[in-house]
Amino acid sequence: MSEPIHRFTAKIPTWSPHVTPVDLATATPEQLAAIKVTPSNKGISPYVLTLAHDPESLAVRSPLFNLIMCGKDGLPSAERELGAVGASIVNRCIYCTAVHASRFIGLTKREDVIDKIFADEREARLDQRQQALFDFAAKLSSTPIEATRDDAQKLGQAGLSELEQLDLVLSAAIFGWANRLMHTLGEPKA
Amino acid sequence: MTTLIEQLAGVAPDSQLGQALRMRAEVLRLSEAAHDAVLVPRDPGGLSHGLRAALAARMCRHVGNDALVKHYESYLAHSADLDVAALVRPDGICGEPRQDAMARHADMLTCAPRNATRNDILTLKAAGVSEPDIVRLSELAAFVNYQLRVVAGLKLLKDACLQ
Repeated sequence: MSEPIHRFTAKIPTWSPHVTPVDLATATPEQLAAIKVTPSNKGISPYVLTLAHDPESLAVRSPLFNLIMCGKDGLPSAERELGAVGASIVNRCIYCTAVHASRFIGLTKREDVIDKIFADEREARLDQRQQALFDFAAKLSSTPIEATRDDAQKLGQAGLSELEQLDLVLSAAIFGWANRLMHTLGEPKA
Repeated sequence: MTTLIEQLAGVAPDSQLGQALRMRAEVLRLSEAAHDAVLVPRDPGGLSHGLRAALAARMCRHVGNDALVKHYESYLAHSADLDVAALVRPDGICGEPRQDAMARHADMLTCAPRNATRNDILTLKAAGVSEPDIVRLSELAAFVNYQLRVVAGLKLLKDACLQ
């Protein structure tokens, strides 16, 4: 039997919903239309079928998520992934952390960065640019929000342009959204 | 047209950050569409527009964004649903078990999502919240927390540029 996972990992688990997913056979035309626009378009995951209970939100959220995470200019993809990891660590979303840590490793081959984050979480010590990115994403994700003007200034000091800083805000914030669905509507299993 | 996020962040259009925002106009447009989808959906299910506005105001109080609290309270004032008005305060209850359970879940989703477990969903079900309404509530809370962080992040970037 598969067991729930409570420790951070870069190996992507399965996701098991706590809510009965929409059945494709009985889905409404609006639900079917919303389901079509998924981050991957490959197969339909239990996660998307669960979110299809609210097709109006799903139909907007999927393209918004893709636009923020897959943009061609601005902040490099690996650094958007690092922003996603920073948020997901704070919110302890094991599934989102695994997906985006593995994408970061795939893009950068820097498994050591993820190892440090998993070991020390918000205390992880990284190089200057990654530290500024990771700390800002994590501090923007906490409640209350801990990020300060000093944290924002460190982004500029680390060489991020205004557009790159904006992309970091967006990639951390969109995981304030994704984590609150993925981590609460179901659980990761090995 | 200026989106709500741009109005609340107050970024000068001719600044570097203002130019960056123009390059992300589609993100802002979709964020506005998402706001409408969770606040005033065509099919609200078991969460009336008034209840959605009240819960959004409550979550914005938790995070301390007065401008967004006012925004959502004005939505509530325009709805007919005044029996949920007590829910705009973080400790407020309205006396209806299903709606009070939703308010407590919105509190958890805002303040401590990392502590969420299967039991939180079972508690909602036990209070009579349907499965589609659990997803609707989650999307509402998740969106409001996204919006709070985009606005907070933009303000910090704006202030850092002014230094």
